[in-house]
Amino acid sequence: MQDYQTQKSTVLDILDKHQTMPGNLLPILHGIQDTLGYIPPAAVADIANALHLSKAEVHGVISFYHYFRDTAPGKHTVRICRAESCQSMNGKALENHAKQHLNIDFHETTADGRFSLEPVYCLGNCACSPSITIDNEVFGRVTPEKFDQLLACKGAE
Amino acid sequence: MTRLFISRDSTALSLGAEQVVTAIQQQAAAKGQSVEIVRNGSRGLFWLEPLVEVETSEGRVAYGPVEVSDVASLLEAGALEGKQHPLYLGNIEELPYFKNQDRLTFARVGLTDPVNINDYIANDGYRGLKNALNLQPAEIVKQVTDSGLRGRGGAAFPTGIKWNTVLNAPAEQKYIVCNADEGDSGTFSDRMIMEGDPFVLIEGMTIAGLAVGATQGYIYLRVEYPHAQIALNQAIAAAYANGYLGDNIQNSGKTFNLEVRMGAGAYICGEETSLLESLEGKRGLVRFKPPLPAIVGLFGKPTIVNNVISLASVPVILDKGGDFYRDYGMGRSRGTLPLQLAGNIKHPGLFEAAFGMTLRELLYEYGGGSASGRPIRAVQVGGPLGAYVHEGQFDTPLDYEAFAAISAVLGHGGIVVHDETVNMADMARYAMEFCVEESCGKCTPCRIGSTRGVEVIDRIVDGVEKDKNTVLLRDLCNTMTYGSLCAMGGMTPFPVLSALNHFPEDFGLKSKA
Ligand SMILES: Cc1cc2nc3c(=O)[nH]c(=O)nc-3n(C[C@H](O)[C@H](O)[C@H](O)COP(=O)(O)O)c2cc1C
Ligand code: SF4
Ligand code: FES
Ligand code: FES
Repeated sequence: MQDYQTQKSTVLDILDKHQTMPGNLLPILHGIQDTLGYIPPAAVADIANALHLSKAEVHGVISFYHYFRDTAPGKHTVRICRAESCQSMNGKALENHAKQHLNIDFHETTADGRFSLEPVYCLGNCACSPSITIDNEVFGRVTPEKFDQLLACKGAE
Repeated sequence: MTRLFISRDSTALSLGAEQVVTAIQQQAAAKGQSVEIVRNGSRGLFWLEPLVEVETSEGRVAYGPVEVSDVASLLEAGALEGKQHPLYLGNIEELPYFKNQDRLTFARVGLTDPVNINDYIANDGYRGLKNALNLQPAEIVKQVTDSGLRGRGGAAFPTGIKWNTVLNAPAEQKYIVCNADEGDSGTFSDRMIMEGDPFVLIEGMTIAGLAVGATQGYIYLRVEYPHAQIALNQAIAAAYANGYLGDNIQNSGKTFNLEVRMGAGAYICGEETSLLESLEGKRGLVRFKPPLPAIVGLFGKPTIVNNVISLASVPVILDKGGDFYRDYGMGRSRGTLPLQLAGNIKHPGLFEAAFGMTLRELLYEYGGGSASGRPIRAVQVGGPLGAYVHEGQFDTPLDYEAFAAISAVLGHGGIVVHDETVNMADMARYAMEFCVEESCGKCTPCRIGSTRGVEVIDRIVDGVEKDKNTVLLRDLCNTMTYGSLCAMGGMTPFPVLSALNHFPEDFGLKSKA
């Protein structure tokens, strides 16, 4: 885990930029996660302070939303769609394959820190199920073989 | 210079459209051929993506599905002049799948450059706004009411009535909120509009602002849609730069400002009051109704919350009149619904049609049956909270009331096909599991009931006191249906009970017949 002191100025900067925006908490959390990859627990006090909220309130918001995370993710985040359309096209087998291939469960990161695995409920790519994303890229009709290829490409980076 | 069209739609990208663009650029350049590639929206015939369309003197000629390895032979065969090739499809608009649609809301998707405002205007864009600027607010609302448009987000509430409530709510500040959370699995029409014709949504929201006196709009977009975010922000910037958003819209003295806000992966934030909480920066807990958001909405002010497709259907209504739109459809379902064919289906895609076509026609005539070639066994219509329908119900017309009559819903128009390998007890269990995962936690039947639901289904499947547990499951569903604050807990019984009633054999129970 990184030292918060090196991240603090980024957080304060983002807080500053959103000061007058109505309903600014989610944009702030996105800003932090986009930049740092996650929302450091130590940032909660600074956020609460700037927004005149309690720490519990800020923590409550972070924990409510599946997308926000409070630990550093792997180098790449792989999201596998678990929803119905993908299930109809063997999504479940793909999910099992992915867990086995990476040797982790959902919400975990590989020991080498390269991949985090997350479930997702529909990517709007249901016309080409099953679907996954790797970071911000969407892939359709993903077979276990294609999954391995895609990860091999990313792993080499 | 030859003009080509290759989509920037996420599904096209998910199949390698970007790589095809690069390959064509490189290989055409190597041959000394100059090409301009327009990144359009998708035509919505997804089994043909990545689709390459070439502009010729006789109109557009399409090739697809194109892989990088096809590019050399395409250029060799003279595809840039529209010549024959095994992937040659001719004019995409002549294929029955496209030709037999009623593309009102999707009129421009796939045709234009989504973020080029001149292209938008040259293709009938901003005509609705122009008319609206010459009307009184009540007259705008009347057009929408006359059109018979009902909310496309799921609940099918008449849009004109909602707008009228906000119009008549006195307040200094009102808001237009676009629900672009599109959490329903099997749906992607909102995404296709936002990526393929974002200006039509911007125009619809601007008209809504004029209609009720709201000067600020927000698009609440799910975080799973990064490409839609890019397209929307590009289009919004262009609209500001050209006087279509801001403080003096087309020199009318009218103001409308618009901003995109990102969700964070919570299905419940598609529920309108949860969405408003989220926009205010809070946990997405569902609010009690009344008061309606139309009276006490965002930051406590009167607010229109409408789905993307509802708002994107407004420009054509204001352009051609409420009567024009109302002439499509059947019964109390007026206009068109962009249907989304997904799952185990040979020809998945977007099919905008007037209400009234049967599900069977869509599944077989256009969808081509299952992708696997095995018989279709169950079809979930209307997202994860929609019922599973079986073969015996496929002749039901796609119409809100006809679906209600078979204890099903049309919802946002998503259609997910399962072939005979599906296990419906698994699907019922998944529905309960999804409710556990996504419940906002405010009320007990949903928060606790869904967890109990998973357990009870497991017991039935494991053969533990089958009959007693089946009664218990029905009881639990009854409590969820009538005791939940919102449709998350209230409608989860739809997929569960339809699976149980139509496919009892999958639960190890005696079949009906
Ligand atoms: C659990 C739940 C999820 C919902 N998700 C969405 C959604 O993703 N998009 C949407 O437009 N409406 C969704 N709705 C419906 C909204 O609450 C609301 O009816 C709709 O935004 C109103 O707009 P419309 O009248 O234009 O459909 C959802 C409702 C519930 C109960
Ligand atoms: S039904 Fe579920 S999602 Fe809806 S308010 Fe109750 S707990 Fe929240
Ligand atoms: S259900 Fe998987 S992308 Fe929609
Ligand atoms: S949480 Fe609503 S009754 Fe306890």
